Amino acid sequence: MQFSVLIIILLGVMAMAYHLGRRRSLATVGGSSGVRNLHSLPAYYGFYTALWAGLPALLIAGLWVFFEGSLITSMVVQSLPAALRDVPPERLGLLVNDITNLANGNIVSTQVDAEMQRAADHMNELRTIGQAALAVVVLSIALAAGSLAWRAIGPKMRARNRVERIVSSLLIGSSLIAILTTVGIVLSVLFESFRFFQKIPVTDFLFGLEWSPQVALRADQVGATGAFGSVPLFAGTLLISFIALLVAVPIGLMAAIYLADYAGPKLRSYAKPVLEVLAGVPTVVYGFFAALTLAPAIRGAGEALGMTVSSESALAAGLVMGIMIIPFVSSLSDDVINAVPQSLRDAAYALGATRSETIRQVVLPAALPGIMGGVLLAASRAIGETMIVVMAAGLSANLTANPLESVTTVTVQIVTLLVGDQEFDSAKTLAAFALGLQLFVVTLALNIVALHIVRKYREQYE
Amino acid sequence: MITAETVAAEGELTGTKTRSERGSKALDNDFETVGNVRVADPRMTCTDVNVYYGDKHAIKNCSLDIAQNQVVAMIGPSGCGKSTFLRCLNRMNDTIDSCRVTGEIKLDDQDIYDKRLDVVPLRAQVGMVFQKPNPFPKSIYDNIAYGPRIHGLASNRTELDEIVESSLTKAGLWEEVKDRLDQPGTGLSGGQQQRLCIARTIAVEPEVILMDEPCSALDPIATAKVEELIDELRANYTIAIVTHSMQQAARVSQRTAYFHLGNLVEVGETTQIFTNPRHKLTEDYITGRFG
Repeated sequence: MQFSVLIIILLGVMAMAYHLGRRRSLATVGGSSGVRNLHSLPAYYGFYTALWAGLPALLIAGLWVFFEGSLITSMVVQSLPAALRDVPPERLGLLVNDITNLANGNIVSTQVDAEMQRAADHMNELRTIGQAALAVVVLSIALAAGSLAWRAIGPKMRARNRVERIVSSLLIGSSLIAILTTVGIVLSVLFESFRFFQKIPVTDFLFGLEWSPQVALRADQVGATGAFGSVPLFAGTLLISFIALLVAVPIGLMAAIYLADYAGPKLRSYAKPVLEVLAGVPTVVYGFFAALTLAPAIRGAGEALGMTVSSESALAAGLVMGIMIIPFVSSLSDDVINAVPQSLRDAAYALGATRSETIRQVVLPAALPGIMGGVLLAASRAIGETMIVVMAAGLSANLTANPLESVTTVTVQIVTLLVGDQEFDSAKTLAAFALGLQLFVVTLALNIVALHIVRKYREQYE
Repeated sequence: MITAETVAAEGELTGTKTRSERGSKALDNDFETVGNVRVADPRMTCTDVNVYYGDKHAIKNCSLDIAQNQVVAMIGPSGCGKSTFLRCLNRMNDTIDSCRVTGEIKLDDQDIYDKRLDVVPLRAQVGMVFQKPNPFPKSIYDNIAYGPRIHGLASNRTELDEIVESSLTKAGLWEEVKDRLDQPGTGLSGGQQQRLCIARTIAVEPEVILMDEPCSALDPIATAKVEELIDELRANYTIAIVTHSMQQAARVSQRTAYFHLGNLVEVGETTQIFTNPRHKLTEDYITGRFG
């Protein structure tokens, strides 16, 4: 039986359990006239029965899906003749791969012999048995648990409390998934970085002023002495992010003030969504706009003024990135400015404050935490942005503060390190993880510092 | 952005229909106010004021003088337009998009709805205290100093300190807060916050102070303090107060105006209104028959 069919049948069982549980709860109190004698509403008894019918069976099915592969493989290996089995682990792995491919009807790397064919048949057989067993086990568990729950239904049973407890543990589970995923990502980056730091000293990586991620394949190779100093990359990232924020924060904030306090409701209802469209433009589109339109324009303008401008410049990337993150600043700021109570504005107006005085001295200080939040979000976007800088900022790791020169960023280097075929034990590849870790730490530190500043200077209303 | 609806939601225009069914019918648009709307030494004169929120006619042909160094109380059931009328006196209604005001309101012979008049100095002259205490989320000192700063009333720090101290003293708050002027104003109790708002208003030295139910969010003890304060402020300021409490109107005011469904029904000496009302609606209201 197909797994998806099984799930659909299980859902059907749950629906039936709901119906039966509901019916039984009503039956125990003598029909719908006796509903007030029930502890909970009839629907809760239905949900209770359905959850009991569904959840344990789903759990078993989930575990089966998780362990099926390794279980069947080990059984197939057990059944292999000793001559094929007693080989080094990597050879055995290849053999198992071939058998699996054969069983699935895919292309096999070696000549198929009788033993392999038998093993593949055995594997298919095991799978069929496994699926049939799963269907029987899952459905009988569903029926058994469902009927137990169904029998337990009575007017005194606290079905609502039990259902709510199950639901709340589902909610906890969902939030745990998000948190655990983050922890997992951090840990994997951490371990790979650790491997990198075993090859390259931490101080070289953190304070080195030169970035040239080459590793010699042979001892006598020319020009392959690697340098893994991350400072130029961070300088590039910070330079471009700074330019981007320089564009986005004033424009976004002023747009937000206009939308929140000056624009009429009708204009606002059109202007805000249009502004938010900016955030929906794919970054790659911004990227070629920066590389093909803006960068040559800046170069032309610079040359007209007698300056040397490289064709890929931090300025072009930063300006376009700034445009991209305007909506983050303006949309969030607009929301928090609107959330400042009218009574505060009234108080300022009643003292004879003009509109601009009211906004500058009363509304903005009260809205500061939210505005900072928007700016932070924009900054995180700018630091982590990849596509625009790949296309418009260049690849050369220059340590410079001149926005007219070509620079590179952490994200760009991570991309170039990991593009193509890579060996995952060389310092060159592992450097990407170290850069990722460093980027993560820097962004986190930025967030903490900003939160601290906001807490210190916020003017809290209510 | 606030609209007529939000003002309505705050309680001033709601319930009009049930009120008119329970009390009595709305009066004609050309209803003549009972009692003398004029006084000998008016600070503000309002003549034939009409206010519309969109299509709704909220104030109908009201004329009223506000006398120098007196407290005039405006009473009436919810939705009668008394707050709307009060908000006309310093053009706070300008912040409501759909609101339209006709008629003539003069402050010292200057028409405040004149196109050429700048609303900023007007509001410095006619201050306002709101129903709910709304201190800025700044320190107590900055709350008071805000008005003098934006109007440039103090040329140096010492003068500003003096203004802050004298305003807080006049509002009866100095002794309670003098050691914590750098603490946020929002950390004070409700009654203290409202006195802080009054102090903030008098710091810009207005000529008229408008109070929109200033005690409705306060407990009886804080209310007593604010009422006492209003009585003291009368010596230097002209005050108009909207209140739902008839006892309060009787305690603090010298003249009382009774509003009903957008009409100014009766105006008179407070003692006369409360002991010997001349219009039937006024009598019904103050004897608690409706409203």
